[in-house]
Amino acid sequence: MLDFLLRVFGKDNSSSKNVAKERLRLVLVHDRADMSPQLIEDLKEDLIKVISNYMEIDENALEVNLDSSNNTVALVANIPVLRMKRTSNRKEKIG
Amino acid sequence: MGEVIVITSGKGGVGKTTTTANIGTGLAASGLKVVLVDTDIGLRNLDVVLGLENRIVYDIVDVTHGNCRLKQALIKDKRFEGLHLLPAAQTKDKTSVTPDQIRELCAQLKKEFDYVIIDCPAGIEQGFKNAIAGAEKAIVVTTPEVSAVRDADRIIGLLEAAELHNPKLIVNRLRPLMVKRGDMMSIDDIIDILAIDLLGVVPEDEMIVITTNKGEPAVLDNNSRAGQAYRNVARRITGEDVPLMDLEAETGLMYKLKKLIGFK
Repeated sequence: MLDFLLRVFGKDNSSSKNVAKERLRLVLVHDRADMSPQLIEDLKEDLIKVISNYMEIDENALEVNLDSSNNTVALVANIPVLRMKRTSNRKEKIG
Repeated sequence: MGEVIVITSGKGGVGKTTTTANIGTGLAASGLKVVLVDTDIGLRNLDVVLGLENRIVYDIVDVTHGNCRLKQALIKDKRFEGLHLLPAAQTKDKTSVTPDQIRELCAQLKKEFDYVIIDCPAGIEQGFKNAIAGAEKAIVVTTPEVSAVRDADRIIGLLEAAELHNPKLIVNRLRPLMVKRGDMMSIDDIIDILAIDLLGVVPEDEMIVITTNKGEPAVLDNNSRAGQAYRNVARRITGEDVPLMDLEAETGLMYKLKKLIGFK
């Protein structure tokens, strides 16, 4: 009875609409984490460009992935470093 | 120069074909020149929804393969001067045409017509790629269900990737009383999730079944709530600013009771 009253007055969070919304939200977190391979490649290229200003990296062993677990999405990159640079190659480094 | 609009959804059975037929008929009813293109090759249905199934001679594959001229394949509607259908082939499959061929076809059609409306098949494979190839605008149809909204989200991503920006949303088969009860996602819930502009809301309506049985789009029926919603959508497509109809009006027991007693 209480259940019914709560639903009538819209106070019940377990109404099937809210269940639907929550399930949809979780499903979409995973769906949307699906980046196209082309986009991942573009991201890799950009990452290599930026990081190469500071260190020498093994470009072939570079791994970039989107990891979705626990309802969150993380960008996980594994970038083997070959050698550090003493100064950065940024053109505007001194200002 | 006309406009090419694709009607898509990802999931099947949410009302793409019904929406295409009704929007097209609605536009033609206001005197515009409209051609509806069925790209669901192998599973053609737009012809029966429009009641034109007995008049098909040539189809879209005949046109793209040069078996006939484009004009010969276009079926003229008997009700409206401006309404035309280019039917899909029934005995071929989605690979019988290519996106390039559809792009070329759309380019030709939009020289002749004010609106070229493309009915997209369900799915995200070749049929979808064909359907969106020549489109300049996209309308995404969904229903207030988890599966349909999820697929709509995927389709919106794919449209974006294909440079079809700012698709518009039609929420079909909404049941206002269930929304009120908290047992169906509301328009706001769906817009919140999909984050695209709303073009229209079509309430669940038995008249859709009845009008489809007869092959007469509901948009022509003044008593149909869904028909009213589609008339509004058609007007919005032409750039008119039409407010959303009051979905709660004329539904529900309370209204009928009040009407009976004379409160309304």
